[in-house]
Amino acid sequence: MLDTFLLSRIQFAANISFHILFPSITIALCWFLFYFRVQYNRTGDEVWMRCYRFWVKIFALSFALGVVSGITMSFQFGTNWPGYMETVGNIAGPLLGYEVLTAFFLEATFLGIMLFGINRVSPRMHTLATFLVAVGTSLSAFWILALNSWMHTPAGFEMRDGVAFPLSWWQIIFNPSMPYRVTHMLLASGLTAAFLIAGISAYRLLKGDHKPAPRLALKVAVYAAAVLIPLQVLVGDMHGLNTLEHQPAKIAAMEAIWETTEGAPFTVFALPDEIDRLNRFALEIPGAASFILTHDWRGEVKGLNEFTDHPPVAPVFYSFRLMVGMGMLMWLVAWSFSWMLLKKKTLPTWALRSLVAMSFSGWIAILAGWYVTEIGRQPYLVSGVLKSHDAVTSVASGNVGLSLMIYLTLYAVLLTAYIRTLFVMARKSVLVDRGEDMVTLQERHNPLTQTGDVAGSAEKTGAAL
Amino acid sequence: MIPVGEAYWLPVIFIALMGLAFLLYAVLDGYDLGVGILLPHDEESQRDMMIASIGPFWDANETWLVLGVGLLLIAFPSAHSQILFHLYLPVTLMLGGLILRGVAFDFRAKVPPHDKRMWDWAFKGGSLLATLSQGYMLGLFVMGFEQSPAAHAFALLSAVCVTAGYCFIGAGWLVMKTEGELQRRAARWARIGLWMTTLGIAAVSVVNPLTSANVFAKWFSGPFALLLLLIPLVCFFAVLVADRYLAQFPFADDFGCWIPFVAAMVIFVLSFAALGYSFFPYVVPGRLTIWEAASATESLWFILYGAMIVLPAIIFYTLYAYRVFWGKTRQLTYY
Repeated sequence: MLDTFLLSRIQFAANISFHILFPSITIALCWFLFYFRVQYNRTGDEVWMRCYRFWVKIFALSFALGVVSGITMSFQFGTNWPGYMETVGNIAGPLLGYEVLTAFFLEATFLGIMLFGINRVSPRMHTLATFLVAVGTSLSAFWILALNSWMHTPAGFEMRDGVAFPLSWWQIIFNPSMPYRVTHMLLASGLTAAFLIAGISAYRLLKGDHKPAPRLALKVAVYAAAVLIPLQVLVGDMHGLNTLEHQPAKIAAMEAIWETTEGAPFTVFALPDEIDRLNRFALEIPGAASFILTHDWRGEVKGLNEFTDHPPVAPVFYSFRLMVGMGMLMWLVAWSFSWMLLKKKTLPTWALRSLVAMSFSGWIAILAGWYVTEIGRQPYLVSGVLKSHDAVTSVASGNVGLSLMIYLTLYAVLLTAYIRTLFVMARKSVLVDRGEDMVTLQERHNPLTQTGDVAGSAEKTGAAL
Repeated sequence: MIPVGEAYWLPVIFIALMGLAFLLYAVLDGYDLGVGILLPHDEESQRDMMIASIGPFWDANETWLVLGVGLLLIAFPSAHSQILFHLYLPVTLMLGGLILRGVAFDFRAKVPPHDKRMWDWAFKGGSLLATLSQGYMLGLFVMGFEQSPAAHAFALLSAVCVTAGYCFIGAGWLVMKTEGELQRRAARWARIGLWMTTLGIAAVSVVNPLTSANVFAKWFSGPFALLLLLIPLVCFFAVLVADRYLAQFPFADDFGCWIPFVAAMVIFVLSFAALGYSFFPYVVPGRLTIWEAASATESLWFILYGAMIVLPAIIFYTLYAYRVFWGKTRQLTYY
């Protein structure tokens, strides 16, 4: 029988995993939309507006899923983890408060204008609204990651009677791991959105869409990915070194290093065995882990034996390899396809197919990355301050089991509907031909008249893009 | 024990801010939840129009709930855990409802036509589930989370009452934002909603002081007893005006189409103020005062500075958004 603690952990993991899927798209997708909008203002070329029109609908859908799954998060602290707020509420509360105040209202209010206001406000105001929504989504990421980073590398506080009190808000917000984590996540969002745009655009081309919009969007996305991926690898490496300094146990788990070693090998693959504390079937590169972590082939790397409380090894070890593997695949795809696009202006069918297959590669990398960092912090909820076990609710396990079942069912349905709808929208847009797309002058300047974003007007006006 | 100085008035400011957030939530998300519950099963074009009328707003409306719960969490963390401990299952149901309706709003416009009907049902069902759960939670809160059949019966009454209230304000919104057949239909819905709301408020007003001596003393023996009488009187006046208006609807030139909505707002504000007055200074009725539950003054100051700058900006651009979408919702070109 699962107890309340384990059920609450599964429920939190389910909620946050489902939630992060959508912000990881919208944070960067909105900057892409802003780019489309600015390019349209600058060049007056209709094709930019058609890119905007198609992607703003996907943005709206993803944003809605992000909002509703985010509301769930704000209740979870109280319902399942009361000890969290009781211990570190003085720190976590204001950071969450600033997220709501500076980001949520900004994005939610200007989203209305961005989606439905184009006929009612000037082009400049509409561009500004798009910009403000993008700023809002990024600000929101900033605050929540500041809090999350503080949980990994707490700073700027003191404990009085078992409760954390703030000493310096500057140190709390700009805690040691925050700059790396925020940059890593923003770049990850950029890659997620880029591969989604590339994948859906490739799907449209494969379905026989001969309009210039999907080709342009695909080009922008593949080039963006090609620029972002090396940056991401660099930032990821710096993030890893920062973790080595502040959370060595997590690094030891990521690399499955059981004993402190000089010249530690990098384990490409293995089956870590928690009971006998060793790796089975290990494929190793001698000295490579020491080289990556200390930039010295013979450097000493602390092993799990040094820590009384260390995270479970296998999930951290596997997730890390999945994330890195996905990153390498993205690098290969982004650079080789960019090169093809530069040389030949088009991509062969097999390349388009691989892009469709990679549509959600960002999600896999992001989830894997978050599992590394979050499981890697266990058994602590706040490193060195609060253990997860001490924060859990006393609600009966039956109730938690019931709520978990409700959430899981809902999430399974919604995720299926979301992915299906993206492809339905892509197919629908293929059927619309260009002439019909630009009927009147008024509609030319109104990218949303025909989108059918509300009330299914698409069927009536016969145009989706 | 009641503290002095900043430890006294910082929690007072925060309970006021939190109250404001929940009040704005009840009014704003109240109308769009109400519109969701009222979706008719027969006329698809009316459903489209109704949803279009709340399209640009619902997202920001729902954010007030996040702010309200956020302020509870920030300023009164121990109350936050106590309240949510007692409300575990209704909160889950409310969240399920809010999730369903939030996404249905977007899915219905994007899926193939035969799936659209299903998402319309999800929108209506989700709105109803969220509203009923909110009313139920309000009822349990008023009864101080007492675990008795009477308390649960009261919570059920409260659930029906809140649902009627949201339907009323939602119908009032439609009278204001729409025209023609749908507007006349909304006026009929509004009148039914109005009377159910009035009955509900009357029932709560009788039960509440009778079950709690504390509340009784506050209303009938304080120095402001006469002044307090204004609350039910103004409330009754708003009901009367709205009822007379709706009974004679429609008027030439769409005269006073805003009256039911404004009357609903007045009733909401007064009911909310009355509830707030009944329970102050308790944040968990009968158990925890705002001073006992408050977090560290350093934290309250830090968030208050930010709130003083940001809240006026939020109110400013919210008003701007309502101005951009002022007037009747337009058919098909909603933008």
